Amino acid sequence: MQGDIAAMGAYIGAGLACMGMGGSAIGVGNVAGNFLAGALRNPSAAGGQTATLFIGIAFAEALGIFSFLVALLLMFAKGF
Amino acid sequence: MSNTTTALSTATDAAQGQVTEAAGHAAAGTPGMPQLDFATFPNQIFWLVVALVVIYVILSRVALPRIGGILADRQGRITGDLEMAEKLKAKAAEAEAAYNQALVDARAEAAKIVAATRADIQADLDKAVAKADAEIGARAAESARRIEEIRAGAVTAVAEVARDTAKAIVAALGGTADEKAVAAAVADRMKG
Amino acid sequence: MAGEAEGQGLSFHPMDQFAVKPLFGDALNLTTVTNVTLWMAIAVLCIFVLFVLGTARRAVVPGRMQSVAELAYGFVHKMVEEVSGHDGLRYFPYIFTLFCFIVFSNFLGLIPGALTLTSHIAVTGVMAVLVFLSVTIIGFVKNGTQFLGLFWVSSAPLALRPILAVIELISYFVRPVSHSVRLAGNMMAGHAVIKVFAAFAPLILMSGIGIAVTPLSILAITAMYALELLVAFIQAYVFTILTCVYLKDALHPGH
Repeated sequence: MQGDIAAMGAYIGAGLACMGMGGSAIGVGNVAGNFLAGALRNPSAAGGQTATLFIGIAFAEALGIFSFLVALLLMFAKGF
Repeated sequence: MSNTTTALSTATDAAQGQVTEAAGHAAAGTPGMPQLDFATFPNQIFWLVVALVVIYVILSRVALPRIGGILADRQGRITGDLEMAEKLKAKAAEAEAAYNQALVDARAEAAKIVAATRADIQADLDKAVAKADAEIGARAAESARRIEEIRAGAVTAVAEVARDTAKAIVAALGGTADEKAVAAAVADRMKG
Repeated sequence: MAGEAEGQGLSFHPMDQFAVKPLFGDALNLTTVTNVTLWMAIAVLCIFVLFVLGTARRAVVPGRMQSVAELAYGFVHKMVEEVSGHDGLRYFPYIFTLFCFIVFSNFLGLIPGALTLTSHIAVTGVMAVLVFLSVTIIGFVKNGTQFLGLFWVSSAPLALRPILAVIELISYFVRPVSHSVRLAGNMMAGHAVIKVFAAFAPLILMSGIGIAVTPLSILAITAMYALELLVAFIQAYVFTILTCVYLKDALHPGH
């Protein structure tokens, strides 16, 4: 019984942790959207900034991956 | 894996036996996360290091110098070809310049020849014109002289006729014509 | 994942594909030949074929394989030069090694039934820690104590600088964590999602609803697979470019 409650808590926690991914999705969309807006305004400068774009996406995405990791840890790494 | 997880939790958390059991139970239903199975870590890390070292040796000893060489070679060849093309282009430009120079020279020469010829012709023409003028002048003078002669002849003839006429008139009037007086009178009259 | 789905016998084991198993026997110690060894050997072999055999002819007009090898070389070379600066090119072989290993692991992992090496935190963690340690050592060797200026943001107001220094310090030490977890998490998540969709595919054998669900799941697997092809390359690119960025920080800490 106690274990079941613990498992339930873990699963709920995992679900809650997944909300973090939404934030990361917003962040990535923000980066990409703003890049596109800037690129359409000045297409000649866009080519040189793809590296910056990917770095920005990577940083925004890392936090979503962290929440994904937390969810996985809650679900799979019991007693850890 | 689940065994390891259970063992781990048993070691660290022996007091909470039931939780461990629950974890084991949960792990029995699901396979757990192989990524967090620490027992496999040394093995993975060992093989990873081996693989990375092998890749590094392959790349840095063989592949990268070779590819770098190929690229440099190609760059060199392209540069060489471009240089050659540049040289050929310069040569072509030179040839064109020479051709143009020759053309200009020929044109100048032709112009000179034309001018010289024209001057020659002009000189000839001038000479001919002068000659013709001189001839015309001579002929005109001749004609004038002849006209003068004829006029003089005519005046003499008129005087003679006048004298004869005058003598005849004097004779018809019954006088005796004095030769000298008649001539003087006629000359006098013809003068004005 | 919820064990047995509605008692219909659908089994969700999205994490099974990442299991490390000895190829021969059961015992697992430091040098046991496991499927990790197998796929790393395949990756090394592919790298050998592409970069050594592919360029063996040294053709001036490259063939197919040589073009790919040259393209990869030029891609990483340009990245290192642009991001880390010209003096970063000294470390180009190391960065190229990492890039090749990650790219081949990612793409080989997409073969059905293959083990995705880069989904293992042990693998990416070691690489990230290697990068972190070498970058830190390079920073101190090249710049001495000036390297600490990286944490002392001289463009900020003086009162804020100690706080910023703490934040910078924390973010510096989080680098290897995010560096490794990003790669492993991306690979793991994509493959697990494909596996979850795949678990719905046999539904057509069990219940009537499967007529609708099975084609959908197959479609979803295809779409995810296409996305994963993209992610496989982008994550290798991101890992490499972040390595270059960290290297730039070490070589020129003055921002």
